[in-house]
Amino acid sequence: MEFKDYYQIMGVKRDAAQDEIKRAYRQLARKFHPDVSKEADAEVRFKELGEAYEVLKDPEKRAAYDHLGANWKAGQDFRPPPDWKEGFEFSGGEAAGAGTADYSDFFESLYGRGFRPGQGGQASFHAQGEDHHARVLIDLEDAYTGTTRGITLRVPEIDAQGRVSTREHTLNVTIPRGVRAGQHIRLAGQGAPGLGQAKPGDLYLEVGFRPHARYRVEERDVYLDLPIAPWEAAMGATVEVSSPTGVVELKIPAGSAAGRKLRLKGRGIPGNTPGDLYVVLQIALPSADTDSEKAFYRNMAEQFKSFDPRANPGVRA
Amino acid sequence: MTSEKTMLPQVVGIILDEQAQLTLEELSRACAAHAELIIELVEEGVVAPIGREPDSWRFTGTHMRRVRVALHLQRDLGVNLAGAALALQLLDEVEALRARLRAMGGD
Repeated sequence: MEFKDYYQIMGVKRDAAQDEIKRAYRQLARKFHPDVSKEADAEVRFKELGEAYEVLKDPEKRAAYDHLGANWKAGQDFRPPPDWKEGFEFSGGEAAGAGTADYSDFFESLYGRGFRPGQGGQASFHAQGEDHHARVLIDLEDAYTGTTRGITLRVPEIDAQGRVSTREHTLNVTIPRGVRAGQHIRLAGQGAPGLGQAKPGDLYLEVGFRPHARYRVEERDVYLDLPIAPWEAAMGATVEVSSPTGVVELKIPAGSAAGRKLRLKGRGIPGNTPGDLYVVLQIALPSADTDSEKAFYRNMAEQFKSFDPRANPGVRA
Repeated sequence: MTSEKTMLPQVVGIILDEQAQLTLEELSRACAAHAELIIELVEEGVVAPIGREPDSWRFTGTHMRRVRVALHLQRDLGVNLAGAALALQLLDEVEALRARLRAMGGD
């Protein structure tokens, strides 16, 4: 497994004071918090950061980590030394950071898998199981039709000896049509098992869309850019456009400027109030490479002598 | 031998949308937060459930999303509920400005 340089992740020196570490964590957490940040890798960075802080904020864990020595480099192949944990004791506290403990193999090899205090109870009382949360990425097209996804979850289990292990739990989940990014889907009874005779918890899936090369999504509306020729923009045309619901015929009105939005009502994400599909016109310019093409453009300039593309006040230098 | 895929348990999800009607108890379970904390968030104006009294409150899917974000900010950034409420409000404004920017043709 790969060695993780927690000091590097947090951008602090190996001899940083505890309050310095806390400050670095707060700063980076604000920058990479997935609910705030627009950085593409925010979620990964935030998780890494949470793990680094989990170790460095705890004097016991930090001392043990420092004991590995300063010569390890991030990404280096790592095995815990045989005398690891000798003289150190970890009091398996509640994890901060990303909620459900989801640590790297490196972390788990050093500190074990997060024990959750108070969960190993005998079934002498009844309590409804915890609700679980997970994220699922689907394609925009799936939101139009609905889809089925195999979802694998790691579920902590406690055996008869009281040891904690994780079991993989796979479900085939039907995701209904009309779902939008950021919405939650509830799967009743698929969370943690209840204690005693109580009901199990529910599983919540937060839906996200994979980035799409052609479509942008805003709430329930979908946008796509459509390049057209200058003559199509000037004189109008009927063109075929492939949309998430299939190919549609689109009438481009004469005199359309670049950036004009044509609305296809009800062709956005389906639902009680379906969204709209917006086609944003872009004017593609043929290049003037050959002599005859250049002559054509010169002739056009001649014909449109009074045309001033910079007629608006403030545009001209 | 039957393929493994066909033997998987099949479950159908329900979208929590604007029509969803979660009770205070359901919401606090789903967010793993005490009901008191959610009552505080309602008092801060982070979400405005339908209904007069906590017992009759109903929350939508959007409410749940906001409550979860507020709780995450509180837990991960060390801000108090009022601070989380302010961050959410500013995030809303940023989002509205971004949407206007996009509508004007910028990216």
